[in-house]
Amino acid sequence: MRIVAFIVSLVITVVLIYALNKKWGSIPPLGKFLSPQHGFWQNAEPENADFNANLKFSNLKGKVNVYFDERLVPHVFADNDEDLYFVQGYIHAKFRLWQMEFQTMYAAGRLSEVLGNNPLLIKVDRETRRSGMVYAAQNELEMIEKNPLSKKFADAYTAGVNAYIETLSKADLPVEYKLLDYKPEKWNNLKIALLVKQMSRTLSGNVDDLELTIEKKFIPFSEFNILYPQVPDSLEPIVPKGTPFDPPVLAIKPANADSVYFGKVDSMMIATEIIKPDKNNGSNNWVVAGSKTKSGAPIVCNDPHLDLTFPSIWYEMQLNSPTCNVYGASLPGAPCIVIGFNDSIAWGVTNAQRDVKDFYEIKFKDDSKKQYWFNGQWADAKIHIDTIKVRGAADIFDTVAYTVFGPVMYDKSFPDSINEAKAIACRWTAHDPSNEGLALYYLNRAANYNEYVEAIKHFECPAQNFVFGAKNGDIAIWQQGKFPLRWYGQGLMIMPGEDTSYQWQGFIPQEQNPHAFNPAQGYLVSANQRPADSTYPYFIPGNYINARAIAINKFLRGMQNITPQDMMKLQNNTFNVTAEDARPLLLKYVNEQALNAEEKKYLEKFKNWNLMADANSVGQTIYYTWWNLLAENIWNDELSKIKPAAVLPNQQTMLEALLRDSALKYIDNINTPEKETLYDIITSSFKKASEKLLNYEKLGKLEWTKYKQPRIYHLLRTSLMPFSRAIPVGGNGDIINATTTTHGPSWRMIVQLTQNTEAYAVYPGGQSGNPGSRFYDNFVDDWVNGKYYSLWMMKRSETGDARVKWTMNFGNE
Amino acid sequence: MKLFISVILIALLAFVSGLFLPWWGIAIAAFLVCLLIPMRVGKAFLSGFLGVFVLWALLAFWMDMKNQHLLSKKIAELFPLGGSSILLILVTAFIGALVGGFAGMTGSFLRGRRQF
Repeated sequence: MRIVAFIVSLVITVVLIYALNKKWGSIPPLGKFLSPQHGFWQNAEPENADFNANLKFSNLKGKVNVYFDERLVPHVFADNDEDLYFVQGYIHAKFRLWQMEFQTMYAAGRLSEVLGNNPLLIKVDRETRRSGMVYAAQNELEMIEKNPLSKKFADAYTAGVNAYIETLSKADLPVEYKLLDYKPEKWNNLKIALLVKQMSRTLSGNVDDLELTIEKKFIPFSEFNILYPQVPDSLEPIVPKGTPFDPPVLAIKPANADSVYFGKVDSMMIATEIIKPDKNNGSNNWVVAGSKTKSGAPIVCNDPHLDLTFPSIWYEMQLNSPTCNVYGASLPGAPCIVIGFNDSIAWGVTNAQRDVKDFYEIKFKDDSKKQYWFNGQWADAKIHIDTIKVRGAADIFDTVAYTVFGPVMYDKSFPDSINEAKAIACRWTAHDPSNEGLALYYLNRAANYNEYVEAIKHFECPAQNFVFGAKNGDIAIWQQGKFPLRWYGQGLMIMPGEDTSYQWQGFIPQEQNPHAFNPAQGYLVSANQRPADSTYPYFIPGNYINARAIAINKFLRGMQNITPQDMMKLQNNTFNVTAEDARPLLLKYVNEQALNAEEKKYLEKFKNWNLMADANSVGQTIYYTWWNLLAENIWNDELSKIKPAAVLPNQQTMLEALLRDSALKYIDNINTPEKETLYDIITSSFKKASEKLLNYEKLGKLEWTKYKQPRIYHLLRTSLMPFSRAIPVGGNGDIINATTTTHGPSWRMIVQLTQNTEAYAVYPGGQSGNPGSRFYDNFVDDWVNGKYYSLWMMKRSETGDARVKWTMNFGNE
Repeated sequence: MKLFISVILIALLAFVSGLFLPWWGIAIAAFLVCLLIPMRVGKAFLSGFLGVFVLWALLAFWMDMKNQHLLSKKIAELFPLGGSSILLILVTAFIGALVGGFAGMTGSFLRGRRQF
């Protein structure tokens, strides 16, 4: 009797432990997770946490001292470069391990391995791998390992990350590992390369080739120039107008392009991309020369716009060794400083937005995908079988063919089993071997313009606008990257992939990349606009955004005696420059007689709007709602029948088209017998907008930030809402303060290059990735309010300074 | 008195186990104490339950105080417990206590068999 009871009781206990040790759906293993000595309580960092430590690692050659200031920014002083990057890796891992690893998992198509069996995630993983992300990272890794210098510092960084992982007990794991119940794996140099490719995907992955190929069936290519013009009327390019350009290397258009490319329409199904990076992945940077500043020294400003996440994409630090002394934003998971300044120069980056990704239609011999038709014969494809591990389910095997163009992303097996689906290969500069880390390594140490130019040559993808200022007074900007040489129209849509004739014929010579040095105007601006005007002798399609550059130029032109404080105000400026041009047009064509009292009330507010998209602006909400409805009215009748989705012309294009031609043919709604005029649709859009606005007003959402509801999400998005935070800010993607709903200035930096550098920065996050730390989000309020922190480029002699709160000493045995 | 001693012993042993063993070390602690100290089955369950409850509640409470409820509020929203730190501490302690209770009961049954 008693033995039965014992066994029953034992079984209950064991089953209970088993059940509480296991993850059930999204519920973490409760026993493990709640145990105060093992689970999440361990991540509840004491308010007065002590970050002091003395650590010994046999890998170190000398001593490294890390001084943390009151914002938990580390100032790292190392005896040599290898030790410097070892400790950078260690510190990154200590404060940001989960995010570093998770991003590389995403980049490698391994989300299902961590997040479980979800059909959408499996698709995302398959597309990631099929787009050649891992192949690209391996090519980058080969370049890193071939160069003794970059191998040395990548190895040191990786060793530092692993040194932290090895000392990590289960109780110390970041809370995300505990919630999802998995463990970090060892770090390696491939993961560094994967992070570079993740940036490439985010910043150079957004193209509309597949959508435009579908659209071509409905709208002739000749009309694309109205819908998607290459050079907008209002363009204020990065390189000032009038800059002379060298004669180009020409690409030859294939003789049959009109019939088999531009004019070709077939009925086959075409896949569209599942992962489409945010079109607003842009940024602002500018530099003003001493001639325009109060101090007489250049001021460099930069605010990269990315998804605003917790933990933040950036980690602030100072790196000091005998070869460098540099401060700025680093990317957890990769060595060096990405955006920052040293004792001689400052630099910042914005995205080039150039199209460096094309697609080719492949003709396979049969479903084995082993051979494809190329140059008049069957060529062998390299078959790669990807194994996708799925948590809690069987592995998935995916066969991907690699052609001379690149990996075949879409075929009969992906994304759907549509029988007549085209096989489409992807050609992308991210696939090509390059070594971006080397650019950062040299840039961190550059002392003048020439060294900056030499350094950035190593940066090929994702192409960036590197703005530059130096203490000797020089200012400059280079759009740097590797750009295919294209004939007009090449690569806007899927190209024939049966021979060499549609392949890229080379690359634009690096020295011909758009650049400017000490221009007469005394300042340079890049904000994702087209880099040069129509006199630039190359065809350079891209996903450009023009409004912010127009606004920044407008303000800088009129400014003199500029101070860093002026630049802070400018980075936070919410002036809607597009609305400035759009408002007279809207007011001219709206028929006030047709409006009722409620509608007139909104129109009055719109008329009196100060054109600022501030957090509590009502005018901006009215403008935004009205303009979007007008856009729908103009384009939807023609474009909405195009499935799965057409490419909506951008707002600048629409505005310019309407300003140029008030009888634009798209104004008429083709679905009604009568012919609508601009008066009709502007008025009807306003009436419809008023209806919506009335609704927002009832919900208390008429103020811009309440309408927009911007928020910083955790990287795991809506699954971890309590780890996110609402941010009551204004701005928008086309406004200098480019905060959208989930996206915005991820790091604001201002550096005045006076004898003693005066630098300021802030980012919407905190130095710790731990949601249980007071350093998780402690910069957010100041970021929201447009405040900055004065950056301390610490000297070795200042170890006794009151700003030093904690010290970590690293040495060998 | 016996109950009081075993509760304290279980809490202490469970704490020590937490330094070296995975979280289910609490079960071993409760099992061993109830194996060594003769108690009725009900009391054994209670001492295992209370021993772990007290330990986990105190530890969680202490950590939560030092953290100024920063993390517990977020986790209590996630679970969802309405963002209540106290509720989360009680749930924490209850989950551990349940394991402790059954483990203690098991130990007591095993001891009982030996007595025959």
